[in-house]
Amino acid sequence: MLDSVIMSPDDVRRAVMRIAHEIVEHNRGTDGLVFVGMRTRGVPLAQRIASAIYAFEGVAVPVGTLDIGLYRDDLSRRGAAVNIQPSDLPDITGKRVILVDDVLYTGRTVRAALDALIDYGRPERILLAVLVDRGHRELPIRADFVGKNIPTARNDDVQVRLEESDGDEYVRVAGVAGAEVSR
Amino acid sequence: MTSVRATEARAAEAPPFATGSSDSVAWQRRHLLDLDDFTVDELELVMQTADTMKEVLSREVPRVPALRGTTILTLFYENSTRTRSSFELAGKVLGADVINIAASSSSVAKGESLVDTVKTLQAVGADVIIMRHSRSGAPYLAARVVESSIINAGDGLHAHPTQALLDLHTMRASFGSVRGRKVVIVGDALHSRVARSNLWSLTALGAEVTLCAPPTLIPRGLDAGEGTLPPVHVDTDLDRAIEGADVVMALRMQLERMNGGFVPGMREYSRMYQVNASRLARAKPGALVLHPGPMNEGVEISHEVAHGLQSHVEEQVANGVAVRMAVLWLVTQHGRRRAATETE
Amino acid sequence: MSERILFRGGRVLDPATGVDRVADLLVDNGRIAALDATADGARVIDARGCVVAPGFIDLHTHLREPGLEYKEDIESGTRAAARGGFTTVCAMPNTEPAMDNRSIIEHVLRDAGTRARVRVLPIGAVSRGRAGKELAELGDLAAAGCIAFSDDGAPVWDATLMRRALEYASAFGLPVIDHCEDPSLTGDGVMNEGWVSTRLGLRGVPAAAEEAAVARDIALAETTGAHVHIAHVSTRGAVDAVRRAKARGVRVTAEVTPHHLTLTDETVAFGALGGTELVYDTNARVNPPLRSRADVDACVGALADGTIDCIATDHAPHAVTEKLCEFDEAACGISGLETAFGLCMRVVHERRLPLETLIERLTGGPARVLALGSRVPGIGTLAVDAPADVVVLDPDAEWTVDAARFASKGKNTPLAGARLKGAVVATVAAGRVAHESEVAVG
Repeated sequence: MLDSVIMSPDDVRRAVMRIAHEIVEHNRGTDGLVFVGMRTRGVPLAQRIASAIYAFEGVAVPVGTLDIGLYRDDLSRRGAAVNIQPSDLPDITGKRVILVDDVLYTGRTVRAALDALIDYGRPERILLAVLVDRGHRELPIRADFVGKNIPTARNDDVQVRLEESDGDEYVRVAGVAGAEVSR
Repeated sequence: MTSVRATEARAAEAPPFATGSSDSVAWQRRHLLDLDDFTVDELELVMQTADTMKEVLSREVPRVPALRGTTILTLFYENSTRTRSSFELAGKVLGADVINIAASSSSVAKGESLVDTVKTLQAVGADVIIMRHSRSGAPYLAARVVESSIINAGDGLHAHPTQALLDLHTMRASFGSVRGRKVVIVGDALHSRVARSNLWSLTALGAEVTLCAPPTLIPRGLDAGEGTLPPVHVDTDLDRAIEGADVVMALRMQLERMNGGFVPGMREYSRMYQVNASRLARAKPGALVLHPGPMNEGVEISHEVAHGLQSHVEEQVANGVAVRMAVLWLVTQHGRRRAATETE
Repeated sequence: MSERILFRGGRVLDPATGVDRVADLLVDNGRIAALDATADGARVIDARGCVVAPGFIDLHTHLREPGLEYKEDIESGTRAAARGGFTTVCAMPNTEPAMDNRSIIEHVLRDAGTRARVRVLPIGAVSRGRAGKELAELGDLAAAGCIAFSDDGAPVWDATLMRRALEYASAFGLPVIDHCEDPSLTGDGVMNEGWVSTRLGLRGVPAAAEEAAVARDIALAETTGAHVHIAHVSTRGAVDAVRRAKARGVRVTAEVTPHHLTLTDETVAFGALGGTELVYDTNARVNPPLRSRADVDACVGALADGTIDCIATDHAPHAVTEKLCEFDEAACGISGLETAFGLCMRVVHERRLPLETLIERLTGGPARVLALGSRVPGIGTLAVDAPADVVVLDPDAEWTVDAARFASKGKNTPLAGARLKGAVVATVAAGRVAHESEVAVG
């Protein structure tokens, strides 16, 4: 039985800071940037990244929130909450949208988010930032900015907790020993 | 910075991270038959979901793939273009396949029983059957004999839950919580499924409801006590009942009630029970005027009030689509939740 | 063929003769032979721990034959009767065609003679075709063997016709049994008017619809001096009217059904097993409708004090499709013969009615209402030489109602799945074992 804390609050803070720098560097500044946090935990992560950028660039990048409940396919909807909330996006047409989520796994929720984003406008490009990439992709999707790659077994449970949404902060993997590990 | 702050400001009134707590609201309903056993949490969930649907409807291209592959049948034994098309639009915005079955054009007209009809519809693959029927309880019978979700779009004199939900949504859009608000429902409550469903939802959320009608049109047993019917005030004098009301809901007065001897005539009825400008002046300033439609202008409601500033009748119709989208979404998630084996 | 049967060791309870003690009862040659008898070679029915009583008499049974055999027939209906402890049933005339002439009555009696498990006594229609317009040939019907007249299923709505019927029937010493209902007050009503009908959005039938008709019938009985029997009394007001009329000597008698004695209108909403979900139980649709708790309590009180003379089942079997439909479309009636005793025992177990009184209201009571003793001497009693109609009852045996196992073709009971305490162990009709419980109860 594997059950261990992979990231502490400090690790999360450093990962967010690094992603913020990478984004600005990759984008050569903040022009045309829009952050879109995927509910639930992508939203505070997007806000943290935006705050970090404000701290070192002095620019407030708009942050939107995206609920993909209405875009999930049948499989990814399994076990999902019935609760859906309104999305709240700034204008994304012609913008460089950084989609932010906590965990990248099969890629199906990102696929749903891409569908949703395109319903709201026509971005110049869409990039993906995640705190954790745990592997096991089922779709040709990859993250452009990754806080930490964590090898997991398919039936491992990756738990991300953030202060804003959970009142606690850590990344933990709970799983079964001997399970196949994939990167 | 503005955009960040805007999001934070919204967070204060409706925390964007509230899904954690909303997740704890269990939605266990495969059917929507009435609101009589709805908890406050369930009503809140429908309202919150309807808010999301309103956002979808506000888009340039209001269409999402949420119910792609879902087959929705509307089975209307009574004509109601308004309600049927509201459901049809709701289903289509969510990406479902919607098929309308007019009961008069199907085998129903040849005397097929309700049970056989809904079983047949299930067999052709209906995930959801939206049913309007002239007999009270008919959707309950349907729900007992098929696995498809049954949504009651009005049964006899009994219930019209989506109408009550859209009424609630309209009230909340105007003044937030209905707790402590005074709602006066004027007219033929005896024959009104709209009034019955509204009683359950409004009283569950703490509104003060008064039924106002001649005694012949007031349902029996309203004083039977706890555990029977929702607590409601009854007043036969509209001038008195409307005093200080936050919401005035006029009910449709049907011509046949006069023939049935419930009222002596439309002239006397409208003189005593019409919601008109002078009566409305006794309600709270800015009180909402609602009507489930279709209106008999000049009978239960005057033309000027029906189309006046306080009338929210058109907003009711618009909210109807969002609320019905919410209901369709929620009842179709039931099966998926049950099938849940893994999570992402 | 009738047998020599010894009921051994039971509590012999016969309200008519006042016997109430443990004894062995012997029947022989179709008659009650002796109490405290021993009999070698007789078939023995072990009645220890049970009550041995006269076979029950039902004044109000819908056997549906002729014409409606898809609902019930004489064979299935009387088998159901035997399972319910009834050894005599009075067949209501709302058949197709109605039992309104001599030849149909003779047909029914002939049929019953070969296929019935228990005694069948026919009730003739009051009016031709039960149409409520002209009197049927009541004299001919009486001569053919009818023991009363009724248009049951519908009231005799024309007051003058009712008056004439009462007067005319009195010539034969026979009562008119009236289904008391003012149809103009019933309107489109399908259940009792009250908070439950409001909750369900079903149109209500006010208690006044029954009470107005009962008051009229009492006035007509008083005017004519004839005997009117009120079928299936269901409201407090009707009970009070009968009580007052009896006090001033009007020839009025009344019956109550097991369901009106025990079930309220809430059964329509939530089913007989209770619960909070609405079920719109069409099997609880009956006419008169199941009433309020206060009405049920009034009926129990009136049965106890004798205002209501007897229990009658109003056994009304229907086909499945006639109940598997919208409530408004459902046929009225409950298949009641096989649950009657167990259901009535609820009132006994609640200590609101002595067992002795219940037995009396199922035996001597109905016999007295229709003066059946003048036709079948000793009926409803265990007196020596009375017909060998005997029922063995276990008042404490618990069982679960399973409509699929009813002998009746009518599976329409709101009690499916309900637990009843009180079972019919064996029924002997005219000296023949008509029913023996297949499972040992107790």
